[in-house]
Amino acid sequence: MNFQTLSQLAVLCEERGMGIGALMLEEQSEESGRSKEQEFATMSQYYGVMKEAVYRGMTEDTTSRSGLTGLDAQRVASYNTADEPCLGGPAGQAMAYALAVSEVNASMGRIIATPTAGSCGIIPGVFLSCQERFGWEDDYMVSGLFAAGAIGYVIANNSFVSGAEGGCQAEVGSAIGMAAGALTELRGGTPAQAVHAVGLALKNTLGLICDPVGGLVEIPCIVRNGFGAVTALAAADMALAGVRSVIPSDEVIKVMLEVGSAMPEKHRETAGGGLAQTPTGRKIMRDLRNKK
Amino acid sequence: MRFKDVFSIIGPAMVGPSSSHTAGAARIGRAARQVLGEPAREAEVTFFGSFAATYQGHGTDRAIAGGLLDFATDDSRLPDSIELAAEAGMEISFGQGTGLFPHPNTVRLRLVGAQTGTELTLTGISIGGGNIEIVDIDGFGVKLTGMYPTVLIQHMDYLGVLASVTEVMRKGQFNIGHMSLDRKNRSGAALTVLELDEAATPGLLYELRALSAVKSVKVVDLNESAQELKGKDDTP
Repeated sequence: MNFQTLSQLAVLCEERGMGIGALMLEEQSEESGRSKEQEFATMSQYYGVMKEAVYRGMTEDTTSRSGLTGLDAQRVASYNTADEPCLGGPAGQAMAYALAVSEVNASMGRIIATPTAGSCGIIPGVFLSCQERFGWEDDYMVSGLFAAGAIGYVIANNSFVSGAEGGCQAEVGSAIGMAAGALTELRGGTPAQAVHAVGLALKNTLGLICDPVGGLVEIPCIVRNGFGAVTALAAADMALAGVRSVIPSDEVIKVMLEVGSAMPEKHRETAGGGLAQTPTGRKIMRDLRNKK
Repeated sequence: MRFKDVFSIIGPAMVGPSSSHTAGAARIGRAARQVLGEPAREAEVTFFGSFAATYQGHGTDRAIAGGLLDFATDDSRLPDSIELAAEAGMEISFGQGTGLFPHPNTVRLRLVGAQTGTELTLTGISIGGGNIEIVDIDGFGVKLTGMYPTVLIQHMDYLGVLASVTEVMRKGQFNIGHMSLDRKNRSGAALTVLELDEAATPGLLYELRALSAVKSVKVVDLNESAQELKGKDDTP
């Protein structure tokens, strides 16, 4: 790839007069030696899987094998329509879809790791709800996935994307940043605005620990995906409104590396601390062990 | 760069719940199946570290079994793979290992081939986002990710073997992206691993097998999704 940082990415887009998604497709094709059509087709398939996961999560029983989680997406969706939600509207829809995909993941259904399985709900939640709302074509969404991938590529190589390495800020945080930047571009924002959206979003998840109860990708992972989708929409709105990330986004990514590296092991996916070690978290873990 | 392309960030398509514990494990199992070169009739699976602590909750055992059946990370049969392995006549056992291991998510496999009775031991680690490394094959130190079409050549450690291998590559216009060689002892058994830019053709494999010092040539490529594999089965 011809860029290692978000500022290089934005400059490159400006020089070539193209968006982040289009540029990433070109770079990807150059790297892999496969045609742009082939690479686009693979990403299209992935988008198909994301849609399928949203649909399954909204219509099927997603109770996980542990029995701890499931069906929250459908609860939120029906509350969105039947009651007077605090959030509701497009944000409520994005939240429901994000929960849906995460629940499908927890119940061993098919998903796309974006960037990981623990954070797989955020991008589909944001993308599908916005596609329905704005009437965008599938191909437009697929180019948005390339934009999200470009942002994730920079974050992953300059910091981390897995909870075991950098806490949940790395996992859910990266996905929020990717979704926020991509959505900014999809809504007509410039590459520079998209990059600001990434920084704004990442700032809001700095320090988030990875503390899955019982070590399972369920509690609190699923609801964090729901919250994440809403945060991504908010960050895109701020960037589109002209809010800038005063601390440049590349510097925020470095802060994430610093904070994640300083996290004790108990807060990095080991279930040794945080919510996993609360009295209830410990009880759930004991019950799971006895069930086996 | 740890992450090389867009699909190491968006993707893989996988069956949940954890890209490290499930998708990564499935890829390790599948890589082992490809290195064995035939279905396994026995599989002894030993988990270490975080894999050992949480493999049942994450379905890591099912993912490994699915990989050993050559399932891709997004194969919908993965949740039922232990039962499917039994039906296919594979005796599979799972255990928790102790002692030293190279990474928090490590699995060691001992396989016996169903057709030839060949034994294989292999150690794989799951490094996050579904990405893996195979670090040991039959006691040879290796580093292979399966993200590139990979050729494994078992050969004797004679002078000039590598030169003849790379000459075959040059003639066939195959570019080598990464290469490693490990040997048991001087003039003894050796294993060379080549990561290529393009998939190896039958012609290339034939030429490599024809080299006098070469004992066997195997291919590992984990890029195919379940849909592509299904398409392959459909072709007569």
